[in-house]
Amino acid sequence: MADVLLSVKGLTRRFDVSKPWLNRVIEREDRQFLTANDDVSFEIRKGETFALVGESGSGKSTIAKMIVGLLEPSAGEIRFDGQAMDFNSGAAMRKLRRRFQMIFQDPFASLNPRWRVGDIIAEPIHTFGLLTGAAVRQEVGRLLEVVGLSAADAAKFPHEFSGGQRQRIAIARALSSRPEFIVCDEPTSALDVSVQAQILNLMRDLQDEFGLTYLLISHDLSVVRHMSNRIGVLYLGRLVEIADAKQLFVEPQHPYTRMLLDAVPDLALSGRRRTPVTGEIPNPINPPPGCAFHPRCPHVMDICRQVVPAPMTTTSGQAACHLLTQDDRMQAREPVA
Amino acid sequence: MPEPLLSVRDLVVEFPTRRGVLRALDKVSFDIAEGEVLGMVGESGAGKSLTGAAIIGLLEPPGRIAGGEIWLRGERIDNLAREKMRRIRGRRIGMVFQDPLTSLNPLYTVAEQLTETIRTHIDVSEKEARKRAIALLDRVGIPAASRRIDDYPHHFSGGMRQRVVIALALAAEPELVIADEPTTALDVSVQAQIIDVLKEICAERGASVMLITHDMGVIAETADRVAVLYAGRLAEIGPVRDVIQAAEHPYTVGLMGSIPTLTQTADRLTQIPGAMPRLNAIPTGCAFNPRCTRVMDRCRIDRPELAARPGGRQVSCWLYDTAMEAADG
Ligand SMILES: Nc1ncnc2c1ncn2[C@@H]1O[C@H](COP(=O)(O)OP(=O)(O)OP(=O)(O)O)[C@@H](O)[C@H]1O
Ligand SMILES: Nc1ncnc2c1ncn2[C@@H]1O[C@H](COP(=O)(O)OP(=O)(O)O)[C@@H](O)[C@H]1O
Ligand code: SF4
Ligand code: SF4
Ligand SMILES: [Mg+2]
Ligand SMILES: [Mg+2]
Repeated sequence: MADVLLSVKGLTRRFDVSKPWLNRVIEREDRQFLTANDDVSFEIRKGETFALVGESGSGKSTIAKMIVGLLEPSAGEIRFDGQAMDFNSGAAMRKLRRRFQMIFQDPFASLNPRWRVGDIIAEPIHTFGLLTGAAVRQEVGRLLEVVGLSAADAAKFPHEFSGGQRQRIAIARALSSRPEFIVCDEPTSALDVSVQAQILNLMRDLQDEFGLTYLLISHDLSVVRHMSNRIGVLYLGRLVEIADAKQLFVEPQHPYTRMLLDAVPDLALSGRRRTPVTGEIPNPINPPPGCAFHPRCPHVMDICRQVVPAPMTTTSGQAACHLLTQDDRMQAREPVA
Repeated sequence: MPEPLLSVRDLVVEFPTRRGVLRALDKVSFDIAEGEVLGMVGESGAGKSLTGAAIIGLLEPPGRIAGGEIWLRGERIDNLAREKMRRIRGRRIGMVFQDPLTSLNPLYTVAEQLTETIRTHIDVSEKEARKRAIALLDRVGIPAASRRIDDYPHHFSGGMRQRVVIALALAAEPELVIADEPTTALDVSVQAQIIDVLKEICAERGASVMLITHDMGVIAETADRVAVLYAGRLAEIGPVRDVIQAAEHPYTVGLMGSIPTLTQTADRLTQIPGAMPRLNAIPTGCAFNPRCTRVMDRCRIDRPELAARPGGRQVSCWLYDTAMEAADG
């Protein structure tokens, strides 16, 4: 198996969403917690694109923020290239920080509007002390050209660019610390499809050229299928399935994955028969017990309402569903170590 | 040919600004037949919403219709007095917007809003209106409709709210429903449900639909015909299957190639270079010419008009100029 670059084990993040103390006393309410991620584990191999898909609120961005150190996990461990990320050790984190970067959904919000593009891109170079003097400007010009803009654009401000161009600037900035790993949180969701195609193609080219590893986060299954090697499917903060990208679409193992695939409009006009999707995502503050998907699942069994299913090995990866152990028609499965 | 339900002819919408007049829609023409679902796609800023707003008489000033005509079942509606147009809106044309909260009043229960709409347009008793409202809510898939009808909009989830809006749009039994990005704010699993409901109910009641969206997949599954807008002009319009599987206008061809699908195998997506021009910088001739791989000299000078093609399709591109094809032939 290829080398693991990033591994996440038992990652959990809770948010305190309680009302203010006085309200709680008056209304006799307990503290309330929202579990944005619950016991999430996966590995990303060097040079691959690993994708996380899920509907809104499933916890994609929360995972991304914990990985890049913008948010502290409530429990669990993140290891980068074998080293545990320690949020309390400034020096050790700084060394690791250079090696990974992040691209966000909204290229407007993520670029400081008062800075010139050149300064935006050069910031990581200064922060990590990679270059000095004229070499910085030269490097910025080179990066702009790498992402399909021109060196002269360094003197302009973000508002002078279209959404797609701004995302190119964000990518140039991410590349400037020469990272190995880039977390891309919905990098094209704010863009039109024709511009999205430009950015996705660019991301692929850069991956080939610089041997980058990506964590790609998206709610768009077609984008994820097009871009990634392996895919993790999130539902209400838990990973329900991890599978080889192409296999996931041929043989989805988890009922939620199947439902999600059935919901994607079919551009190919194949007339494929689809099971109608039912229900909506429940409130994450009090998620259903057992398998969180059980109120919407067409295969629900008694055990599903009580026991959280553990991930089991499947032919294409792993899935967390009681069907995999209960259904005789399925081959015997091994629990994931 | 029977008279179309809606006919839009050479519609021009302009915004006067300090630096000159911006032309946001430029001679847009299309028909919607009785019972038909017409999809309208285009990138953001192409003019989709403005087309819808112009039809229902809700252009926000200083935006105005600067040319063309809009006909609803043989009656011209683009120059009606405000009060007359208001009666058409809601009664004959229903509306569904991206954000359900723009159509719902947070201060009134769903029951109050639905019965009020029904009774404004149809002469029925309060009791009968409530009965109809419950039936409608039930039909759009609100569980326990007879109880939930007395809830306020904020008691519903996003998907449920959009169902309520669909009920509201259909309450007065309109002939046409204009839905502007009705599912864009929703998750995929909810989007599919909403689209199904919208499509089924309109079909049941014989209402035509103008479905505005940037999502070609939604169009593929829902529309009978599709109109492709680019920079305020129609690039191509025709039966959904033809346009999706064998696009003719170079912009549509590029657009289709740039969409990743669940079945494609290509490593790279087709990409159209550049981006759609802003309104103050629309190129002369064909608006798509700076991005077009098949551009010819004449494309930079003369604007191609929408012209009929075989199979009921229309395309505005000089590649399909009959005079030229004849000369080439
Ligand atoms: N700072 C916070 N305080 C309280 N709750 C939060 C906070 N950040 C996220 N959450 C909650 O955690 C859950 C997961 O949020 P997250 O942003 O990770 O979802 P996501 O999958 O990225 O969704 P989207 O597709 O909408 O971006 C949601 O229910 C969200 O409301
Ligand atoms: N109030 C306004 N003033 C000036 N331009 C406007 C106004 N409203 C819309 N436009 C412009 O009209 C064009 C079409 O807008 P719209 O119909 O909303 O696009 P779409 O719905 O296709 O995204 C855009 O270029 C937009 O910027
Ligand atoms: S564990 Fe049970 S409820 Fe959950 S997905 Fe599997 S069968 Fe459905
Ligand atoms: S008219 Fe010319 S520039 Fe426009 S789409 Fe056709 S070939 Fe391209
Ligand atoms: Mg997010
Ligand atoms: Mg719009």
